Amino acid sequence: MESLKDRLISSFIVFENELKEETRSELHSIRRKAISLFENEGFPTVRAEDWRYTNLKPILKGDYTVFADREHPLEFGEIKRFFLHEIDTYKIVFVDGRYSSWLSTTTHHNYDICTFSAGLRRHREVIDAYFSKAARGNRSLVALNTAFAREGAFIRIPAGKVVEKPVEIMHFSTGASGDALNQPRSLVVLEEGAEAVVIERHLNLGSSRVLTNTVTEIFAGRSSKLNYLKIQNDTETSALLDHTSVQQLRDSRVDVGTFSFGGSFVRNELEFQLEEPGANCEMLGLTLLQGDQFVDHHTGVDHLAPNCNSDEIYKGVYDDRSRAVFNGKIMVRPGAQKTNAFQQNHNVLIGEQSSVDTKPQLEIFADDVKCSHGCTVGQLDEEALFYLRSRGIPAHESKALLLYAFGEDVISKVDLPELRQRLSRIMAKKLQVDFELSL
Amino acid sequence: MLKIQDLHASIEGQPILNGVTLELKPGEVHAIMGPNGSGKSTLANIIAGRDEYTIESGNIEFEGVDLSELSPEERAHLGIFLSFQYPVEIPGVSVTNFIKTAINQHRKARGQEPMEAKDMLRLMREKMELLEMDKGFLSRSLNEGFSGGEKKRNEIFQMALLEPKLAILDETDSGLDIDALRIVAQGVNALRSPDRAILVITHYQRLLDYIRPDFVHVLHKGRIVKSGDKSLALELEKRGYDWLKETAS
Repeated sequence: MESLKDRLISSFIVFENELKEETRSELHSIRRKAISLFENEGFPTVRAEDWRYTNLKPILKGDYTVFADREHPLEFGEIKRFFLHEIDTYKIVFVDGRYSSWLSTTTHHNYDICTFSAGLRRHREVIDAYFSKAARGNRSLVALNTAFAREGAFIRIPAGKVVEKPVEIMHFSTGASGDALNQPRSLVVLEEGAEAVVIERHLNLGSSRVLTNTVTEIFAGRSSKLNYLKIQNDTETSALLDHTSVQQLRDSRVDVGTFSFGGSFVRNELEFQLEEPGANCEMLGLTLLQGDQFVDHHTGVDHLAPNCNSDEIYKGVYDDRSRAVFNGKIMVRPGAQKTNAFQQNHNVLIGEQSSVDTKPQLEIFADDVKCSHGCTVGQLDEEALFYLRSRGIPAHESKALLLYAFGEDVISKVDLPELRQRLSRIMAKKLQVDFELSL
Repeated sequence: MLKIQDLHASIEGQPILNGVTLELKPGEVHAIMGPNGSGKSTLANIIAGRDEYTIESGNIEFEGVDLSELSPEERAHLGIFLSFQYPVEIPGVSVTNFIKTAINQHRKARGQEPMEAKDMLRLMREKMELLEMDKGFLSRSLNEGFSGGEKKRNEIFQMALLEPKLAILDETDSGLDIDALRIVAQGVNALRSPDRAILVITHYQRLLDYIRPDFVHVLHKGRIVKSGDKSLALELEKRGYDWLKETAS
């Protein structure tokens, strides 16, 4: 069988034919550079330091269709339950990698909440200014995504505008074309003082295998505010490779929450570049895995300017044979004085064969900084378990309550009450209890 | 109601109870007193079903049911309640959610539907008033940052809501000032009834001024070495435990 890499290289030629005169653009020269980088590097292997604990090989074996050839129509009723609101959100919806206008609620009024392809048509100058500027470096998966960048979400909020309702970016897969590779590319640009809340989900509705290699670039202008929340609760035949790069200017604030409950294989790369003084970022992570699920969180904060804050808390619960990786890098560059950088990673192993590899990495080249990190790996508190059981709460339910309690300080930091409730419900369902875990 | 016969128990091979025999009938209040390390708390925890302890021999029956094979939650559903000496702090679980879950799990075990939210709230308010508790208490994390007195009041609050048939109070008086002691005792006394039994475990007789026992037993080296009425507690207060230790050996 032709390897996925070979198939992708040959697909690029097909892709170029489709693009026609577009291939003469500056953007396309970035794509070409990217495909040759991917061709040279190939998929990352466990020999690379950043992939030591994460073996991509098994998920690359699928017979993935690179471009879905059939469009499978979905009715809103079938997928309604995945949205936060029926009407009170903007929606950018993709089905099998293609934009679905009838399921979406987009806008160009006051700000642009639309697709990457629409962005290319209407705001070429914005894409030329930002595309591939945040997601940098010699990374073959990002390069692969860049090479095929054509569709995804495009969010541009002009100076001073506040998006009055959350934006939901939803990627559905139906399996209509068999096993599929999706490569969404999204761009979020907040100009000075702009504010937005974004929720991103990937959902496999069929039983075919889905491999998603997604890249999101976020630019937070001065004094802008962004809350970006990822809910990862996909099926057992789904794998997700997510790279998100964030660039922040003076006094901006970007919070990214990553809630990983499902999918067979998830790799999250989340990187911040704090480029001007006063930039703040918060990274929240809650992971709850069962069966043979695997999640790898690689986070990085690059403190390039003085007086910036980064605050990170990732918590994880691992049952059965599930496995997780946490790698949190904090870089404080020379001159980035008065930096505050905090990192915490706490894990509970409840499955006898579950495991976690956790590694903080601090590189500090400034002397007037406050940095701390802490990580723990533990088990459920037997004392607390007995206390709850002695009050008539059965062992299974008591355990669920304690696990929820463990993650509660992460969930409680989510500003949207509806989303908090949604997360609690997903957890209750996953832990198989029939009562509300939160109140 | 509760029948313990010649109970021998150990933890990690270390014997702690060496032949305890005790019977509680409905309506009775028994006190178990004894020096530190005599096995008082062990006895309380074994009745509630803590599995760190191994029952080597003997029986524990509750209303004719052998408890030894039952889980802590099954014992709770039968009507056994242990007020902990050291209530566990559980950040992230609110008092309300905890109580609601506990009550509804009891109801589920009895084949009843979950309690209506407004009935639940009314019930909680009523019991809070009895124990002179602050309103803000319900939304706090379970026992987290509670003072010693608040923790113990919270235990009695749960007991009042769960209405057990057998209430075991493990050193409920420790860490309480006199006002808190009075309030806690008031909560316990409100629960006294002809079909409920109470087992009070205490080091000092002070609590027994407020919760008057029908019987007092002295536990020493894992055995009941003397039983009597309330006057035994007063005698212990005066003379300490040493004279009993001598007679026991």
